Amino acid sequence: MEIGFRHDVDNVFKQAKEQKKPVLLDFSAAPM
Amino acid sequence: MARFVSENFIPARVHVKDDAASFKKYGEQYNAHWTPTILELDPNGEEFYRIEGFLPNDDFLAQLMLGRAHMDFKKGKWADAEKRFREIVEKLPKSEGAPEAMYWAGVSRYKATNDATALKETAKSFAQKYNDSSWAKKASIWA
Repeated sequence: MEIGFRHDVDNVFKQAKEQKKPVLLDFSAAPM
Repeated sequence: MARFVSENFIPARVHVKDDAASFKKYGEQYNAHWTPTILELDPNGEEFYRIEGFLPNDDFLAQLMLGRAHMDFKKGKWADAEKRFREIVEKLPKSEGAPEAMYWAGVSRYKATNDATALKETAKSFAQKYNDSSWAKKASIWA
């Protein structure tokens, strides 16, 4: 099972605050 | 790996070329100058841990777990941090992060108990394994 990275980063930060859950932020240059 | 991530984080990816606008915004904000750069951020976006460069799966997972454990440690959640650090040693004993985890597990227990025995026991553990690691040298003063 692969990590389900999201790309809507602004929304991720909003949800992290609401859910009080940490964020894993990956800066990648790998082919998508 | 995926399970650990989903249980502990909301994972987000910024592609430096395909999403240049987000990379400009967040790359500058978090000083990401190389890929891969993986950041562990608290719910308010404060950076707690940084992984730069590729790692094989087990070493990468160990680093992710270390970062999450350090997050608890920095918040003074000593028992939770110790549990997380020891889990790394138990589940990924051959990873490069395991000696560091054993060191910080001892520190976490000491912080929780204020009993220096925790540090001495950690130094003893390093005599039995990971004794050629830099973390064994750091723990040697506790023997």
